[in-house]
Amino acid sequence: MSRFGNIFYLSVLFGALWGAVWVIIITLLALFISGLTFQPQVTAGALAGLIAAALLVFHPPAKRTLGMPALAGFAFLLVLVLASGTQPMGLPLGSYSVGQLVFTVLMAVVTVQSIHLTCMNLGPGREKRYNVEVLCLRFIKGFGLVAFTIAVALPFFVMVMMSLKNQQLLLSNPLDFSIDLGQGFAALFRSYIELFTQYHFGTYLLNSALVSVATVAITLFFAVPGAYAVARLRFPGQNFLSRSILLIYMVPMIVLVIPLYAIFSQLGMRNTLWGLLFVYPATTIPVALYMLQGYFRGIPAELEEAGLMDGLTRLNVIRKITLPLALPALASVALYVFMIAWNEFLFAFMFLDNVDLFTLSRGIAELNSSEVPRQHLMAGAVIATVPVLALFLWFERFLVAGLTAGSVKG
Amino acid sequence: MPTPDTSNQGPPKGLGPLAKREMRFAYVLLLPTFLIVLSVVLFPLIANVWISFKPVTLGDLRAPAILVNERLMGDLEAVGDKADIRYRARNSSRKSAIADVLFTDTIPESLTVISVDDRCVADGQNLSCDLGDYEAGQREDIIVRVAATQAFLDAPENVKDTDPAFTFEPENILTNGDFTLDNFRRVFNASDFWPVLWASMYYTIAGTIGALVMGLFAAQLMNITFGGRAFLRGLFLSPYVAPVIAVALAWVLLLDPGPGGTLNALLIQLGVIEGPISFLGQRAVEINVLGLSFDFPVALTVVIIFEIWRYFPLAMLFILARMQSVSTDIYEAAEIDGATPLQQFRFISLPQLMGIMAVLFLLRFIWTFNKFDDIFLLTGGAAGTRTLTVNVYEQAFAVSNLGAGAAVAVVVFLVLLFFSVIFFKFSPEDDA
Repeated sequence: MSRFGNIFYLSVLFGALWGAVWVIIITLLALFISGLTFQPQVTAGALAGLIAAALLVFHPPAKRTLGMPALAGFAFLLVLVLASGTQPMGLPLGSYSVGQLVFTVLMAVVTVQSIHLTCMNLGPGREKRYNVEVLCLRFIKGFGLVAFTIAVALPFFVMVMMSLKNQQLLLSNPLDFSIDLGQGFAALFRSYIELFTQYHFGTYLLNSALVSVATVAITLFFAVPGAYAVARLRFPGQNFLSRSILLIYMVPMIVLVIPLYAIFSQLGMRNTLWGLLFVYPATTIPVALYMLQGYFRGIPAELEEAGLMDGLTRLNVIRKITLPLALPALASVALYVFMIAWNEFLFAFMFLDNVDLFTLSRGIAELNSSEVPRQHLMAGAVIATVPVLALFLWFERFLVAGLTAGSVKG
Repeated sequence: MPTPDTSNQGPPKGLGPLAKREMRFAYVLLLPTFLIVLSVVLFPLIANVWISFKPVTLGDLRAPAILVNERLMGDLEAVGDKADIRYRARNSSRKSAIADVLFTDTIPESLTVISVDDRCVADGQNLSCDLGDYEAGQREDIIVRVAATQAFLDAPENVKDTDPAFTFEPENILTNGDFTLDNFRRVFNASDFWPVLWASMYYTIAGTIGALVMGLFAAQLMNITFGGRAFLRGLFLSPYVAPVIAVALAWVLLLDPGPGGTLNALLIQLGVIEGPISFLGQRAVEINVLGLSFDFPVALTVVIIFEIWRYFPLAMLFILARMQSVSTDIYEAAEIDGATPLQQFRFISLPQLMGIMAVLFLLRFIWTFNKFDDIFLLTGGAAGTRTLTVNVYEQAFAVSNLGAGAAVAVVVFLVLLFFSVIFFKFSPEDDA
C-alpha cells in the first residue's frame, strides 16, 4: 500500500479550491474596504493552497504537530507571493503595504484553517468510501457555508455601505466602500439625518410602529378566543373550521386589492390608517388562529377542567389558566404578526396618498425615484430593516419554535 | 306491574343543554373572526368577480357630483333695478347619471325675489328646486330674477356668499346594472396573455423548487455544530424577515447596469464579463449549447433567484426543525451497519423529510404564485417578468381599467383553485 492514496489527492484538490476561493473573497473584501483596484490572483492562490494542503496532509493525523499548520501557512504565503510575481493582490506591494500584509496573512490563516478542518483526522493514504465521503462532504459543507453567507450578506452589506456614501463617489467607483471615519458622526450619517429632518421619516417610523402594534393587538384580541373555541370546545363544523382556516391564508392579496380599493375609495376609508388597520388583521387573524389552536391543543385539558370544577367561568379559565400557559406561543404569534404588518407593502402602497400617513414601506417607495440620491434610498431601507431584524434576532428562539410548532406540525 | 318504557333509553340523541351552551359559546368566540374575514376576504372575493363583469375604470370611482357656478347677471344701481341670478349646474361625471337632484340656496336679504324657474319654489329668501335626473355630463342654467332694495345699494352683497346645496343620489358605478364581457375578452385576447401565464408558471415552479432545494442544503449546513452557528442562523433568516421593499431595492441597486452598479463593476473587475449586463432589464439572451440555440430568460431568472434568496430561510427553518426531531438512534444504528454519510442522508434523512418537503412545496407553490411585491419592486413587470399577479396591477392601476384588472384577478383565483384541488387530491392526509 502506497503512502499516498485517494485522500491525499482529494485533499490537495480541495486545498487548491480553498486557496482560490479565499484569495478571491479576501481580495474583494480588501477592495471594498480600501477602494483600491485589487485583482484576485486566483491561479497563484490555487497553487499556494495546493502546496499548503500537500504539506498539511503529508503526515498521518497522529503525527501532525502544531508546527504543521504554521509551516503550511508560510508555504502558502511564499507560493502566493512568488507565483503572483510579488503582487499577491494584483497591485505592487508598495501601495497600501500594511493592509496588503494583513490581508495576505489573513488569506494564509483562513485557507490553512479551512484545509485543516476539511482533512482533520484523515490520513494521506488510501481509504474506503466512508472516509472519502466524509472528506468530500466536509468540503461541500464548508464551501456551502461560505457561499450562503456571502449570498445572504452581500445585499445587506451593500445596503448599509451605500447609505453611508454619497452619489458622486458611488458613481465614480461603485466598488469603493471605504468609510472615512475622520469626517465625523454628522457627515457619516448625513443621509439618515436628512431623512429624518427633510423626508418625514420620523412620522413614517411612528406610523409603521403604530399600525404594526395595533395590528398585533387586534389580531390577538380576535384570534385568541377563536383559537380557543376551535381547539377546546365541541361544536358542529369544528373540524371543517380548523382545516379551512388556512385556506383563507391562500387567497392572494392582489385579488383583494381591487375590490377593497374600490369600496374603500367610495367609503372614504382608503387614505386612512384605519383602512390598513381593518385589512391587516383580517389577513393575519387566520394564521394566528391556526398557530394558536395548535398550541392550545397541546395544553393538558385537565388543567382547565380543574379550573372549571373550582368554579371558574370559561372566560376566566382562558384568562387565568390557558393564556399564562400559552405565553410563548402568544409571543411568537405576536412577533410574526408584527413582522407581517411592518413589512407589508401592497396595501400601504395602494391605499396611502397622504405623506402624514405613510408607513415606512410606503415612504421608501416614494424615495424610489431618480431625483432622490441612492444613499437616501438605502438609508431608508436600513431604517425599515433594523427594527424588525433586531426584534426578530432578539426573540429568534420564540419565533422559530412558534412558527414550526404551530404552522406545520412535525 | 307496568313495564318500564324502554323506547327512550340508550345514548341521548342530539345536543344536550350543556353541549348547546358550549356550542353557543364557541360561536360567540368565533363570530368576530368570522365577521372580519367575511368582510375583508370573502366579500371582496365576490366583489372582485362582480367588478370583473363591469365596465369600470379608475376614474369612475370618484363619485359623480353636481358642480354649480353662481353669478349675478346685470347691474343693480337703483332701487327696483332687476337682475338675474344664474346658477349653472353640471353633472361632473361624463359616464354616469345622477338621479333626483334637489337644489337649495338662500338669496341675500337685500334682494327681492321676483320670479323663479318653473322647477323652483321661493319661500321668502329660501329657494328650492327639484331638478329631476341629470344625464351624464348634462349642464343647464337656473335663472332667478331679483330686484334690488335700498339695503342692497347701501351694502352690496355677493350672491356667492351663500353656498348652494344639493341633495342627490349619484348612480353608483359599482352597483348599477351595467354588465359586460369586454374585460374577459380583453384579457384573453391580449397578445401577451400566454407569455404572462407562462412566466407565472416558470416563476412559480422554479422559485418553489429552488427555495426548497436551497433550504434543504442550508438545513444540512445548520445541522452541524460549530462556533457562531446561532449567529449564522440569524443571518440566514434575515432575507425572510427584512421588509421586502428594503431588500428588493438593495438588489436593484446591486444589479444596476449603469455606473454605480456593484455586481457589474465587480464582475468586470474580476474579468468575468466585458460590459455591464442589465440583469433586470434584459428579456432574454441567446445561448448556444452543442449547436442548439435557445433564448435564456435573463430578467425572469434573476427575479426567481431573488425569490429563492428570500424564501429559502423558511424552508430551512421547517426542515431543520424536522431533522432535529429525528432520534439519533437510527443514525447510530446505520453507522454501526457501515452506512456512509451519503447513504444515511439518502436512506434515512430524506425519507423522513419527504412529508415536510411535500407540505412546504404545496404552501410555497401557492404563495409564490400569489407573489406580487417582489417582482413589482424589482422590475415592475418589465422585460418578460410580468406574471399574472403583476398583470392584475398593470391592468387595474397602470392602464386604469379596474374591470380588466379584476378579470385577471379572477383568472389568478381560478388557476389557484385548480392547483389547490389537485394538491389536496394527491397530498397524503396526515401531512398538513
